[in-house]
Amino acid sequence: MEAFTTLTGIAAPMPQANVDTDKIIPARFLKSISRSGFGKHLFANARYREDGSENPDFVLNQEPYRRAEILIAFENFGCGSSREHAPWALLDFGIRCVIAPDFADIFHNNSFKNGVLPVKLPRAVCEQLMEDARLGGNARITVDLERQVVVRPSGEEIPFQVDPLRRHLLLNGLDDIGQTMQHAPAIDGFEARQKAAQPWLYGG
Amino acid sequence: MSAQKPRTLFDKIWDAHVVETLPDGTALLYIDLHLTHEVTTPQAFDGLRAAGRKLRRPDATLGVIDHNIATDSSRYTGIIDPESRLQVETLERNAAEFGMPLIPLLDERQGIVHVIGPELGRSLPGMTIVCGDSHTSTHGAMGALAFGIGTSEVEHVLATQTLLQKPAKNMQVLVEGNLAVGCSGKDITLAVIGKIGTAGGTGHVIEYCGDTIRALDMAGRMTVSNMAIEGGARAGLIAPDQTTFDYIARTPDGPKGASFERALAWWKTLPSDPGAHFDKVVKLAAHEIAPQVTWGTSPEDVLPITGVVPDPEEAADEARRAQLRRMVEYMGLTPGQRLQDLPVDVVFIGSCTNSRIEDIRIAASIARGRKVADGVRALVVPGSGLVKKQAEAEGLDRILTEAGFEWREAGCSMCLGMNPDKLKPGQRSASTSNRNFEGRQGPGGRTHLLSPAMAAAAAIAGHLADVRDYQPKEGV
Repeated sequence: MEAFTTLTGIAAPMPQANVDTDKIIPARFLKSISRSGFGKHLFANARYREDGSENPDFVLNQEPYRRAEILIAFENFGCGSSREHAPWALLDFGIRCVIAPDFADIFHNNSFKNGVLPVKLPRAVCEQLMEDARLGGNARITVDLERQVVVRPSGEEIPFQVDPLRRHLLLNGLDDIGQTMQHAPAIDGFEARQKAAQPWLYGG
Repeated sequence: MSAQKPRTLFDKIWDAHVVETLPDGTALLYIDLHLTHEVTTPQAFDGLRAAGRKLRRPDATLGVIDHNIATDSSRYTGIIDPESRLQVETLERNAAEFGMPLIPLLDERQGIVHVIGPELGRSLPGMTIVCGDSHTSTHGAMGALAFGIGTSEVEHVLATQTLLQKPAKNMQVLVEGNLAVGCSGKDITLAVIGKIGTAGGTGHVIEYCGDTIRALDMAGRMTVSNMAIEGGARAGLIAPDQTTFDYIARTPDGPKGASFERALAWWKTLPSDPGAHFDKVVKLAAHEIAPQVTWGTSPEDVLPITGVVPDPEEAADEARRAQLRRMVEYMGLTPGQRLQDLPVDVVFIGSCTNSRIEDIRIAASIARGRKVADGVRALVVPGSGLVKKQAEAEGLDRILTEAGFEWREAGCSMCLGMNPDKLKPGQRSASTSNRNFEGRQGPGGRTHLLSPAMAAAAAIAGHLADVRDYQPKEGV
């Protein structure tokens, strides 16, 4: 996983609540067995017309948002299906941070594990950032995970909260399986106790 | 030691599975059962392979093929779609390489992962169960802590049999009283989502309590818990009771004999203690629930079938007005229109929400002696090969096909638009599945969620209909 420290880039405004993972990447594109290549299908139903051509009304088809690295949205972003293809598609497109008032739990987890930072900020702040994003290419937004601040184009700094463990893993680009493997003796011990107390979980 | 403070069902399962607590409060949580399918696992097995890691507990892992396969007879002659075939073959290859038990596509036990787990007796009370699928919440009806995970977490469980988790908050949904005629678990779960909203349970595990829930059979309970995720909760829970124990006793792979008795003694200790603390409590009176149908593109946009399409201009704020305008437009509706007047093109009875034998029985009871309306395509897709076999033994397939329904092979089918069963743009469906998002059943498709009884009534009527007007015919 690529580390996330600080990001300065163009933010795309998506003033919608309940942006579900079917919207982010429709199920018909989930047949790939690789992690890459989903970017071209990101938001496919809204981004392309029936004949496959680009829908000019969709924000990511407009300049400068084709180069967006940050997405600003409203409540319950990433609800629905558990598909990790959603953060894979965002990442493959080039979006490494989503800012919204809140996120659905599974999407929130999946994002951290792929170097995509979900930033929770109050609705009123998201509305200000939405206005900033509408200014287009001249209005870069900075997301600084080290200092836990979002910097508006005006220079105003907005602090945000993030789980310390997740922040640590993301700042260092760490895979958590390796970390968990260090607890193998504890897992062995748990299994031995559980097998004695609940043998039916072990075919007994 | 002082007496332990009263704990919820969630607290008890959680406490029993914490391997270690890290300094920041994150728990390393042990996973008792890991269910896998073809769509969310290829990249996880790739990860194991790249790191030279093994599958830690093959005996606690079970694979099945359900999402991307066709539900017609084509599976018997080979999967036609090359991408689907590659994904299925990849799961088969990974199962062989890592020693993961896999139910073959043509095995009679094949079916939707959330149908087969309980049906086979693999999903049991008190367990922790995960799967790379958000509707893993279904297994909570067994009294198990069951939730969906992403592919990185699938890889983590394959390698370590654990997950790094922060404890969820406890939410109680209390439903009391007798359910009205024509209503079922689906109407309860839709009414709950209508009340709490799609983010109402975020960060929480929902325990469904009350005599209405107790009175449901296991299929009804699974329907309720299945859609906990549509209320924002990763997991739903229903306390195990005699209904649960009797169900497990009939399963092929559940514990038997002395092993069952020993398990039973533990299962009986699981229900929430009196006075256990819930961070949030929501109450519903069952008699106030009428047959439900969604009208919009979020499961919270649900109304009684007697309702009319809302007027977006009456919403409280501009953001909500814009959202409702978009829904009305996408769904091809007019404010004030009666829901019962909406013609349907397709009826889908199936999915992990509603494809169990009880669901098919109720649909057949309404279809018996009636005909699917002209121009309506109606599919019944059993949740597993075993459900299909049981339905055929009871003659339900004949009743349904005589009425004009298609009788299919087991799979996820039209729930999610990733196999050949899809809506065409503009088509309107009455569907027993769980999500009415834009494009969920196929690009441009318009989905109305409802119960199997309501779906059968819509198929007969040719439009959304009140199942109370389509009760089973006597003596046919």
